[in-house]
Amino acid sequence: MTTATSVHEPAASLTGARRVRPRRGRGFRPAPRHTPYTFVAPAVLLFVAVFLVPLGYTIYLSTQKTQVIGRGLGPGARQQVAAGFANYSTVFGDGEFWQSVLRAVIYGCILIPIMLGLATLFALILDAQRVRFQRFGRLAIFLPYAVPTLIGSMIWGMMYLPAFSPINSTLQALFGVQGINFFGQRIVFLSVANIGVWGGTGFNMMVLYTSLRSLPQEAYEAARLDGANERQIALKIKLPMIRPAVIMTAIFSTIATLQVFNEPYAMHQISYGGVSTTWTPLMTVYRDTYTANNIYLGAAESIVIAVMMFVLSAAVLRITNRQIFGGEAR
Amino acid sequence: MSAGFLTTAAQGMAPAKRGRRTSVVPTGVLVLGIVYALLPIIWVLIASTKTNTQLDSYAAFRPGGSFWSNLQALNSYQGGVFWTWMLNTALYAGGGAILSAVVSAFAGYGFSKYRFRAKNFLFTMILVGMLVPAVVLAIPQYLLVAKIGLADTYWAVLIPSIISPYGIYLARLYAGASVPDEILEAARMDGSGEWRTFFRIAIPMMSPGLVTIFLFQFVAIWNNFLLPWLMLSSENKYPLTVGLFTLLDAGTSQPALYTLVLLGALLSILPLILLFFLLQRFWRVDLGAGSVK
Repeated sequence: MTTATSVHEPAASLTGARRVRPRRGRGFRPAPRHTPYTFVAPAVLLFVAVFLVPLGYTIYLSTQKTQVIGRGLGPGARQQVAAGFANYSTVFGDGEFWQSVLRAVIYGCILIPIMLGLATLFALILDAQRVRFQRFGRLAIFLPYAVPTLIGSMIWGMMYLPAFSPINSTLQALFGVQGINFFGQRIVFLSVANIGVWGGTGFNMMVLYTSLRSLPQEAYEAARLDGANERQIALKIKLPMIRPAVIMTAIFSTIATLQVFNEPYAMHQISYGGVSTTWTPLMTVYRDTYTANNIYLGAAESIVIAVMMFVLSAAVLRITNRQIFGGEAR
Repeated sequence: MSAGFLTTAAQGMAPAKRGRRTSVVPTGVLVLGIVYALLPIIWVLIASTKTNTQLDSYAAFRPGGSFWSNLQALNSYQGGVFWTWMLNTALYAGGGAILSAVVSAFAGYGFSKYRFRAKNFLFTMILVGMLVPAVVLAIPQYLLVAKIGLADTYWAVLIPSIISPYGIYLARLYAGASVPDEILEAARMDGSGEWRTFFRIAIPMMSPGLVTIFLFQFVAIWNNFLLPWLMLSSENKYPLTVGLFTLLDAGTSQPALYTLVLLGALLSILPLILLFFLLQRFWRVDLGAGSVK
């Protein structure tokens, strides 16, 4: 079984009991060798064009710099020359860049536990018995996912604005609390993370809920007969069984968090300086590449971010890949 | 957890929701979640009925009466460019998502149902692609696209939207769970070629999953901001996110535009909300639905 064979054969031989050889006479058509490659070719080609080539180009750009010739006037006065690792040493010595990395880490430490905790909680509630509004709840909590992050951030940003914040006016009416400054130095982390929680909980909830719905119901029936209540079934049976899905959502969320751009970028526009232009790593890249017009430094920063994310995720991905697709032919 | 395990599960065994008494605590928590999720949408709905001064002076959830005049103002903003943005977004999201679902179906099926050299290498490579930040790619993508003369065209936004590592990942899961190997084997025994088997047997079985991939990608493209923001420079090719952002940008110096931003934000999410309601059954696909036992 070294070439492209059908996957059924090894599985069938495992059962042992009735091991029937495929009858090769009457019309049996094994898969040609090239078939699997044809299936994956469009995806692989697009992947190369859209991911790998730009990635290689970024690496190349990160080792270049602009050199000004003469007084730097006229066309041809600025030239692209090799820079070795100069851009990288700039990145490693750049305190502002590392501060933005730190902010993203803090942001992720707030966002991910809250978001995934809520997503798991709601998924379990939706899958539980004797709970009302399940259909509506599933739709309502998922709905923010339909709102583009940029637009959601604009809406929340306006709700944070002191002039017409419904949150502040409600707090004032109910408890007489003075207005919260949502763009304050520390609160701003919560303000931005809240947008992420609002937008991301529903999606992760649906992933976990779908995975819950595909579990065999027999296990619950048995547990119910043994006198387990819904909470015990949820925590002791369902939760361990959807563990691979939870790990998967955690990885995707971590990746998304380090790339966070839209929320703080929109908030920057609204917050009058509460969110700086270099608030997250990618905002720093954007600022250096476009505003400061130094694509070479931006490229080096991009590569540093990519490597950090790669190191962070690759190990976990390896483990879960084995867990999730373990049942398939290899 | 084998594939066969999944296919036999959840054959319409919906939990019995009513009949017995309601659990109060989970229901209460769910209601809180609903309120939190809907609050900003309700607020923007109410805010879109207010004039700019009412935004300031009225209580947050007290509606005004200027929805129609706001709508007229938005309609006439720069000759109705808002509706051009809306159409563009539908084009990017619809076209990109269809192509993406097709490419993902091919790849997911190939990865799930065949053994071949470099399979794990290729699959891992595509998954790792998800780790590369959007901005890291967006900038060189823009430079490359500019080089081949596609900058500021529809293609510049459409082509990068077709490939979705997540869609391929999901398609592989769906193929593994909803297309039993026994059926493929039976088709081979009956002399069906691989492509015929794929189109006539596998695709119908995977189709609920493929609709889900289409929807996820549709939303992802609808939501995308950075890529079109970098790729496009002419206003009449903008999607909604970029258009509304420029409107917000103008609004910081010209606060009268805030009402337009809010109404635009509301209108831009309505089509997706509609899509969710119409296709809601695809957001909870039972992986085994439709297969033979």
